[in-house]
Amino acid sequence: MNKIIELKNITKAFDGEVVLDNINLDIYDNEFLTLLGPSGCGKTTTLRIIGGFETADVGDVIFLGERINNVPPYKRNVNTVFQRYALFPHLNVFENVAFPLREKRVPKAEINERVNEMLKLVALSGFEKRSVNSLSGGQQQRVAIARALVSKPKVLLLDEPLAALDLKLRKDMQQELKKIQKATGITFVFVTHDQEEALSMSDTVVVMSEGRIQQIGTPVDIYNEPTNAFVADFIGESNILDGVMLRDKKVSFAGHVFDCVDFGFEPKEPVDVVVRPEDVDIVPEEKGMLKGVVTSVTFLGVHYEIIVDINGFKWMIQTTDFWDVDEHIGLYIEPDAIHIMKKSEYSGMFGDYSSFSMELDEIGELEQENLEELGELTEQDEPEAAESERSE
Amino acid sequence: MKNKNPLNRRGGLIQRLALAPYTLWAVLFIVVPLFFVGYYAFTDGQFHFTTKNITDIFTTTSRIKDGDGFKEIHTYLVIFGRSLKLAVISTAICLLLGYPFAYIIARSSARTQSILITIIMIPMWMNFLIRTYAWMTILQDTGLLLNGLRLLGLNMDNVHITGTETAVVIGMVYDYFPYMILPIYSIMAKMDIKLLEAASDLGCNGFGVLRRVIFPLSLPGVISGVIMVLIPSISTFYISKMLGNGLTTMIGDVIESQYQTNPHFSSALAFILMVVLLVAMALMQRYANKRAAA
Amino acid sequence: MKRASKIYTVLIMLFLFAPIAILILFSFNGQNSKTVLDGFSFHWYEELFVDTVTLEAVRNTLILAVIAALVSTVMGTAAAVGIFRLRSKYLRAALDTVTNVPMINPDIITGISLMLMFAFVGRLMGLANSLSFWTMLIAHITFCLPYVILQVLPKLQQMDKSLPEAAMDLGCTPLRTFFKVEVPELLPGILTGLIMAFTLSLDDFVISYFTKGNDFETLPIRIYNMTKKPVTPKMYALATIIFFVILALLTLSNLIDSDTDKAIKEAKKAKKAKKAKKRNTVKEAKT
Repeated sequence: MNKIIELKNITKAFDGEVVLDNINLDIYDNEFLTLLGPSGCGKTTTLRIIGGFETADVGDVIFLGERINNVPPYKRNVNTVFQRYALFPHLNVFENVAFPLREKRVPKAEINERVNEMLKLVALSGFEKRSVNSLSGGQQQRVAIARALVSKPKVLLLDEPLAALDLKLRKDMQQELKKIQKATGITFVFVTHDQEEALSMSDTVVVMSEGRIQQIGTPVDIYNEPTNAFVADFIGESNILDGVMLRDKKVSFAGHVFDCVDFGFEPKEPVDVVVRPEDVDIVPEEKGMLKGVVTSVTFLGVHYEIIVDINGFKWMIQTTDFWDVDEHIGLYIEPDAIHIMKKSEYSGMFGDYSSFSMELDEIGELEQENLEELGELTEQDEPEAAESERSE
Repeated sequence: MKNKNPLNRRGGLIQRLALAPYTLWAVLFIVVPLFFVGYYAFTDGQFHFTTKNITDIFTTTSRIKDGDGFKEIHTYLVIFGRSLKLAVISTAICLLLGYPFAYIIARSSARTQSILITIIMIPMWMNFLIRTYAWMTILQDTGLLLNGLRLLGLNMDNVHITGTETAVVIGMVYDYFPYMILPIYSIMAKMDIKLLEAASDLGCNGFGVLRRVIFPLSLPGVISGVIMVLIPSISTFYISKMLGNGLTTMIGDVIESQYQTNPHFSSALAFILMVVLLVAMALMQRYANKRAAA
Repeated sequence: MKRASKIYTVLIMLFLFAPIAILILFSFNGQNSKTVLDGFSFHWYEELFVDTVTLEAVRNTLILAVIAALVSTVMGTAAAVGIFRLRSKYLRAALDTVTNVPMINPDIITGISLMLMFAFVGRLMGLANSLSFWTMLIAHITFCLPYVILQVLPKLQQMDKSLPEAAMDLGCTPLRTFFKVEVPELLPGILTGLIMAFTLSLDDFVISYFTKGNDFETLPIRIYNMTKKPVTPKMYALATIIFFVILALLTLSNLIDSDTDKAIKEAKKAKKAKKAKKRNTVKEAKT
């Protein structure tokens, strides 16, 4: 595989605040790469540096072996799908897609052909004459993708393109994007804060936090072998405990010694231990490696999510069996369900479910929704909002 | 921090090119002329520095008939005082008449709103010279109003309207009335009706809602309305000339009558007027900020 | 509307339009009288249309207004773009203040200040007559500029920031981006600014009065000169024509406005419905 883009030691600060701290990343041909992280982690800034809308304070952007730090966006063979599509409202669907071709003075017949081909690719044939304002969010999204792909860029940058779509449409578009990427063979660099989206679509996931890359790997690697507590917590649900590596394949945590499959640590090295909620088996109390009391039960359709108090540490466990609150149960953990991580700056910050509450989560989501609505009502404030978003 | 973004560099160049003509224009034709007002105000005919123009404004006196005898008055201070008085009275009348009207418009249906606003704007778009002249036709001694009253058999020989301050105030109220309504209306139209409902729900009676909710919220509109009426009425020269018959000299009249013969004194008056207005607006802004903070 | 409101509205309308109605009425007077109506005639209109001085003034006013509006719109739009992108807070505050000066300053001071400068410069250059068509044009452009800027700036603030970025991403240089993407987006503001500048220039008397040359008379100045002498109802005829032109223009713009209003409202409604739908789907997905 060919390297298309290399980011070398990229550092960027806005008003003295570091948003990217020594980023090193290689992006390969024909790859679907996702930059994943919470808002403010620097993923959008990374994308904007590749697109040419921001310039790194330190470090180089290499495109096919050439340093392109000072190349403006209109001379880069890289196109962007913007978060709110950024379709030109004064142009119809056809003219939006034809925009980059007209800019390059492509002959008319060829423009027709290529635009139609693109509209077919995104399943919008017949929409040529429609005004972009009359389209649904999903359709606008497709136009934006067609417009970005029509000039056959080497790389397509997508800045949270699905964030504004509703749940069902988002799932469909995920499939569609993947299909388009496979069909065109163009490298996609996708930014999202949604870990499910990242895991389901990507060849490579880059987890970012606080301006630094935490882990680069395939979705399976990232899920099964998180490098630190941040990644383990951000990707899926995890119980993260303090442990001590006794020797290779022996680890002690939660007052018990477990067999595991990890090795290569110093003897007695303190470590973080990750156990995924679905990897814990519930057994009668007397047979359990660990013993605890159920403190809450939530039915989630396919399975129950229960919180179990074991010596004061609250575990989350997913099970298809029903257990009632106050029941005493035992836990059994297979060696390969245990994942050992080196201690990091994130140790101790995540992975205990003692403050967990479904209600709180929902309130959080509602608040998010309200905020979004507020943002739409006070359109005047939008530039500011965009500003702060950009400087994330 | 080194900024080597090619976009910023080019964007910066274009931005500077876009801004340069206006900046140059604004400096040449907005800022520099204001300095000329100051320059003329503090120089004599040979452009030597003097404060005489300014002090003259405060010291010049004239003798006017007062009953049987004469009395000494500070000519320009009296004129300044009259301008201020008439402008404040006109502004107050505009506010008192306009505020309820703006409220009525803002509370009517969308269709009525746009019709009423269009109607309000028609006189505003007619040249104010014509509007003022129309009032002269009505108010003069042989005008429609007094002649009409004479037809009713009233003796109007000793009644004069033009040539009085009343006529000037009528003219100013008429000319600047729409400028009071429009800003107040636009604030009120945006006001959330739920606020009013909430206020009455919380036990405010009609007047309470007005005093404690509507008025404070509409204050920015009131202030811009007041500024938009006060400034042209304090500086007018045509209205007082036409409707005051030259008997109600205002500051604008003096500036206008002397700007060719004695531009230095004219500038001194303009200078003082500017200072007075600046202070007045600063005070109003402070009051508004205080209200907003409280 | 309640009864009291209706009565109040009628009284205000009476106050606003009675003087104008009287002007219109007397413009058809058969006699040269401003107090007695005697017969109906178009006599004063006929006189108006042979009054070459007034007709020339109308032409001059239009020429001046068109040039002033075009120049101030181009310069003001460019200025708004520049101001919007300004990074320095102090420069921005300084420019905002200067821009506000002509709007807040009394016209008489704006007029006097420009006149003083023109006179001073004219004397330095040894001109016999420092005021002319050009000084008046400069004055008109100066007081129109802030209104144009004030119309365009909010449109810039409302514009989606990623639109120009998208254009550049798709191969436009910054300059082409401005003309191909930003100008179409700003067009409503630019047009409103143009119309405002045009009408302000048409209507201005005070500033024109101080900066006018002897060779160029606009309609407001012509009206002023007419009212200085005993007025014939010819001026009423002029006022009547102006009134009906304004009435027609305002009605027209109101019709256009209500059309766009309707379109906007419908678009908003559609958006709302979509949002409600979205919320429902989200809720369904949650439960």
